[in-house]
Amino acid sequence: MTGKAHCYKRDHINTDEIIPARYLNMDKEADLAKHAMEDIDVDFLNKVKDGDIIVAGEDFGCGSSREHAVWALRGAGIRAIVADTFARIFYRNCINNGFLAIECKQISEKVDSGDELTIDIENGIIINSSKNEQYKFLAIPGFAREIIDAGGLLNHIAGKVK
Amino acid sequence: MGSTITEKILAAHSGRDNVKPGELINAEIDVIMCHDVTTTPAIDMLAEKGLSKVAYPERVVVMPDHFVPNKDIQSAEMVAKIRRWAKEQGIEQFYELGRHGVCHALLPEQGHVRPGKTIICGDSHTSTHGALGAFSTGVGSTDLAATLVTGELWFKVPETILFRLSGKLGKGVYSKDVILEIIRRIGVDGALYKTMEFTGELIDDLSVEARMTVCNMAIEAGGKSGIINPDQKTIDYVKARTDEPFELFTSDPDAEYSQVIDIDVSDLEPIVAFPHLPSNGKPVSQVGEILIDQAYLGSCTNGRIEDLRVAAEIMKNKKVANNTRMIVVPATTDIWKRANKEGLLDIFMDAGATVSSPTCGACLGGHMGILAAGERCISSTNRNFVGRMGSPKSEVFLSSPATVAASAIAGKIADPRKYL
Repeated sequence: MTGKAHCYKRDHINTDEIIPARYLNMDKEADLAKHAMEDIDVDFLNKVKDGDIIVAGEDFGCGSSREHAVWALRGAGIRAIVADTFARIFYRNCINNGFLAIECKQISEKVDSGDELTIDIENGIIINSSKNEQYKFLAIPGFAREIIDAGGLLNHIAGKVK
Repeated sequence: MGSTITEKILAAHSGRDNVKPGELINAEIDVIMCHDVTTTPAIDMLAEKGLSKVAYPERVVVMPDHFVPNKDIQSAEMVAKIRRWAKEQGIEQFYELGRHGVCHALLPEQGHVRPGKTIICGDSHTSTHGALGAFSTGVGSTDLAATLVTGELWFKVPETILFRLSGKLGKGVYSKDVILEIIRRIGVDGALYKTMEFTGELIDDLSVEARMTVCNMAIEAGGKSGIINPDQKTIDYVKARTDEPFELFTSDPDAEYSQVIDIDVSDLEPIVAFPHLPSNGKPVSQVGEILIDQAYLGSCTNGRIEDLRVAAEIMKNKKVANNTRMIVVPATTDIWKRANKEGLLDIFMDAGATVSSPTCGACLGGHMGILAAGERCISSTNRNFVGRMGSPKSEVFLSSPATVAASAIAGKIADPRKYL
């Protein structure tokens, strides 16, 4: 997949910032998307196009377990997040939604907003065609791949339950 | 090599003799707690997939708390949906308004937390219940949904950091100050993916409620869970609330830890965490002059009866400063009633504070005490992120209930030791 990077060169972007709690009386992606990142990046919705990628520093998605954070970003058109590291619950939520969350050390120092990134999952490489650079990332663990490939945890367990 | 309490509980719940950090397991879940915000999407996504039958209704405990009493039409619809769903599914453990409370205070109080059990909830502060020797962790709505229909959930067995806490707390210093100090030292991702196990003389001395405050904020250091080996205090607390059986697991002396951190709390001061991270703690003596607009006493972290008693002791026959307003939110209905009987609510209201129904409310910027731009709040809650309690231009300072009470009287962040 290929998309334009929106880079946040800081750590600990938390789920309150991604989708403030005042909007947790809603849970549809389209409704949540209207307020994604609004407290820290008022222009976010104007800048983002379908297929774009968020790049950030360490501990992305820390704080509240609200899965609404994944839905808000996906609803806004984001198709993957590449961060130095992720907070645990947010990372689970991404996998469980079949949404790409990729850990790539120091990515936030190397990429700038507007760079065109291609994520090659099979080979574990991110290609930055704007800067003519490549970054290796840790392979997504096998079990997580299975869940992502199934389109999320509920699809993955559906056979078991039925 | 021995095992930690966490490894033992996870092994016992996944049909294994033992497990090691990094292993992937499917663990049986004993208690599935559901609150308003994260359960509604779980119900919808299960219906969408045609997976609507809850596997073990008797393991499910429903406790709407975030936006109750319903703050608006959407919130009312959310709880209405959960109420219908619980009825359809034969879920009998439903804490309706009038028996309600902040779920992490209510769950142990009502005897649903027992040592050795596994607990999940679609809420990050589920780490609280490790204080009773259970494995308890926060998850998202999809994890919650999957657990509702299968009774189990996948986990990577976490590494454990052992915190050996020695010394005795000085006057005016509480378990909240200890966990704020720990987070100040290791950072908000210092325990990322890991379990934080707390032990030592300090933990032995703490009440079960005070231990809950410590485990509650494990997530603020990125932890998967917080846990404390059960002792006689734990057993007494649980047996006073339930006749259900439980098994005690404890860490072996030769258990393997990824890190051991020793902290002597003898000289610890009250800590205030500055905006906008819980790790921005400063000793209260170094805070300087910070005027506050609002003081908030409540939440799953510090809204229990002991917290209200400490604050009331400081506020008795005093007044909230003119430039400040104070909100007191007893975390559960029982706490509210006890505080009322003990005269604590009178003390707060005579001081000029207001007392509300139990709710998560303003802690997460939901309702009942939202901050305007430029306003500052000293709060006994757990997070001080940008916009956490309202306007993205407001500021939240985290502290113990005692520091909240002292600050309310002073109208600025104040040292509670001067008021005790």
